[in-house]
Amino acid sequence: MNARLSPTTVDELVEAVRSTPHLLACGAQTKPRLSQLDVPLLETRQLKGITEYDSSEFTFTALAGTPVADISAALAERGQYLPFDPVLAKRGTTLGGTVAAGVSGPGRFRYGALRDFILGVQFVDGSGQLLRMGGKVVKNAAGFDLPKFFVGSLGRFGVLAEFTFKVFPRPASLLTVKIPAENAASIARVMMDASRARWELDALDASPNDRAVYLRLGGPAEANDALAAEILARWPGEILGDAGAWWTSITEFDWAPSADVLLKVPLTPSRIASLVDELPGSARVHITAGGNTAWISVPPAEVSTLDSKLTKLSLCGLVLRGESSLKLGHWPATALADRVKAVLDPVNRFPSI
Amino acid sequence: MSGDPLHRLTAILPPSRLLREPAQLAAYESDGLTCFRATPRAVVVPETAQEVIDVVRICHEERIPFVARGSGTSLSGGSLPVSEGIVITLNRLNRVLRVDPDERIAVVEPGVINLQVTAAAQPHGLHFAPDPSSQMICTIGGNVAFNSGGAHCLKYGMTSNHVLGLKAVLATGEVVEFGGPSRDQVGPDWTALFVGSEGLFGIALEITLQLLPRAECFHTVLAGFRTMEQAGDAVAAVVASGLLPGAIEIMDALAIKAAEAAVAAHYPPGCEAVLIVELEGPREKVAAEKLQLDALLVQSQPVDVRVALDAAARMAIWKGRKSAFSAVGRLSPDFIVQDGVVPRRRLGEALRRIGEMAREAGIRCANVFHAGDGNLHPLILYDGREDGALERAEQLAGRILRMCVEMGGSITGEHGIGVEKRDFLPDMFSPAEIDLMKRLRAAFDPLEIANPGKMFPGGNAPALVQHGLHPLEKAGVISRE
Repeated sequence: MNARLSPTTVDELVEAVRSTPHLLACGAQTKPRLSQLDVPLLETRQLKGITEYDSSEFTFTALAGTPVADISAALAERGQYLPFDPVLAKRGTTLGGTVAAGVSGPGRFRYGALRDFILGVQFVDGSGQLLRMGGKVVKNAAGFDLPKFFVGSLGRFGVLAEFTFKVFPRPASLLTVKIPAENAASIARVMMDASRARWELDALDASPNDRAVYLRLGGPAEANDALAAEILARWPGEILGDAGAWWTSITEFDWAPSADVLLKVPLTPSRIASLVDELPGSARVHITAGGNTAWISVPPAEVSTLDSKLTKLSLCGLVLRGESSLKLGHWPATALADRVKAVLDPVNRFPSI
Repeated sequence: MSGDPLHRLTAILPPSRLLREPAQLAAYESDGLTCFRATPRAVVVPETAQEVIDVVRICHEERIPFVARGSGTSLSGGSLPVSEGIVITLNRLNRVLRVDPDERIAVVEPGVINLQVTAAAQPHGLHFAPDPSSQMICTIGGNVAFNSGGAHCLKYGMTSNHVLGLKAVLATGEVVEFGGPSRDQVGPDWTALFVGSEGLFGIALEITLQLLPRAECFHTVLAGFRTMEQAGDAVAAVVASGLLPGAIEIMDALAIKAAEAAVAAHYPPGCEAVLIVELEGPREKVAAEKLQLDALLVQSQPVDVRVALDAAARMAIWKGRKSAFSAVGRLSPDFIVQDGVVPRRRLGEALRRIGEMAREAGIRCANVFHAGDGNLHPLILYDGREDGALERAEQLAGRILRMCVEMGGSITGEHGIGVEKRDFLPDMFSPAEIDLMKRLRAAFDPLEIANPGKMFPGGNAPALVQHGLHPLEKAGVISRE
């Protein structure tokens, strides 16, 4: 690795950006398709560390290359966590890569996704300027909300250096209930009903391949037990305990064959059936966020079929790994996007999306 | 009329919806920040999204500045007109276009009133979380433009956290759509960039909002303390306990006095601070957590702890809190309110310094604040009939804002920069950062015709003029927080 492109400080990061005419930042490359471009990579993994954490503020600040697992461990010591359940933490994903990819895990169901917890960002724009937007307190309405804009921006508008996030106290305990559902339509029905019930679920996922919906409760154990009993009175099913290993296998994508193409598809609960029923037989799919996201895994040979299905359904997909183009289905494009890109990156230092 | 660029508006709007008489314009001269005032050249009253688009396109072609306005409750002067431009009032775009309980979303026009979203969601057991205290009158369009907050932001976030998508007409006349009905999306978050842009990018025409299940059960506790420090310690203990209350609010002695005078809230007598903490959720969860909360509060040496045993008692506790702002009007002919934020651990220090600065200035200052998220609301009392009193009050407000920034906080937690705080933007952002924001604005509005004079320092602003309380405020309909 060229040392120039593996900065260890923010100053080195600025210097690396300024001295490289074309580049794309990457983290631990746990979502390798996002940085699989014919352009020099600026690796941010050495730019790491939690720079501020005061648990009484419910906030922390960390450099972009900090492994999410390190952050989760530091938060856990104080009984706190990142409620959006970052994915691929065990595989070493960085905070910066998680922001740039715009991916959140099942826990986003209760309190919101990554975008709902990011408060501030420091970044290097295409001109090589180090800039800060947003703030370091949990409530702030000053200036344009670039921290949220960068969520999902794939590193194409600036190199992300440091973030401030809001965190929450971890629920006292978790309890998972598994409800069998014979087809995609019945999965959708259970998800829609459960998502507006009084239980205030912590997570609501479904696996069409396993024909089941998974409802996770978070809170005092005695409350979880009582709510689980009520859920089982509504639908027959079983209590799985905290099912931590199962949820981890979901967020680590252990269920998706490594040779497959893995993608994220934004969805709504009422479109679950139309999507799942259109998928090729070899596809594996996991529905998360109460039916608002589908994670789909297909063999590379099936990608073009999937692409046209998504286009037909006016859905879009972001490929995280595997042999495929990055964008599948219908991605909206506007002249505005080009103008904003020109503001943040006037010299086209970063590739366009 | 030929040669007057406004003439083109007569071709698309009937005279009854193109207001140009001084008496008609007077109602739009000011918003919730009444010390600024400007008379627009005209007020247009569109009834459809297409009419808004047509008006904006004419404004773009003729370079006519425009200010979009909902109910005019902005506390930062966000909907202050510009004298060389027009006001586009959006109150007639007030349709709830769709409520989908399965998707848990509502699609609304910008003139829909905040509380009407929850009213439309309620039959499905859902609600819209952002609750600015003007929620019975403020519009979603204004909430979106200024990323409005409320009393529940620590747990639920601000308006931005509840907007999934929107259709908007940019200042260029382009119509764009960002996001959509899904809570997930791909690519950068355009919706989030638009929310809180203070009307500088364009006008939202259709807004997709996420709805959440209505909390089944509440546990509301009011605790009175001898000192503000004790109240602050109680908040620290609650925060450290692992509980996540829906709201944590504190009022100081002067605010308590005002609330008592206004609504006879029957708060515990002799207290320097009153703390309100509210848990919410499924009844089993609240039942378990309330034991923990009540024990914590008892340990924090309160004068008195009162638990709301029913909905009426809960409403009584909140009535005192929510009336505090308009109640302060009884203590003083005039007041201004700020909404700076400090890190929560520095709340006690911030209040002490506000007290010192107020004493130095010889000005009374009441404090009501969202203790859970460090969002201060100092109410600076003054008498506008006194020579220079408004200016002295503004100077104190400015010192408080600078203190918030020095402490690592923000100059605005929920009201936005608007006209009021634009000169303080450089206290928070570097010249390069402000330049970036200006260039971003130019990507949406190269002619700078959309809500000019807001957010960025400089430019022409009407001078401060003493005008007293907002008419709605006098009537007790709105309050300043």
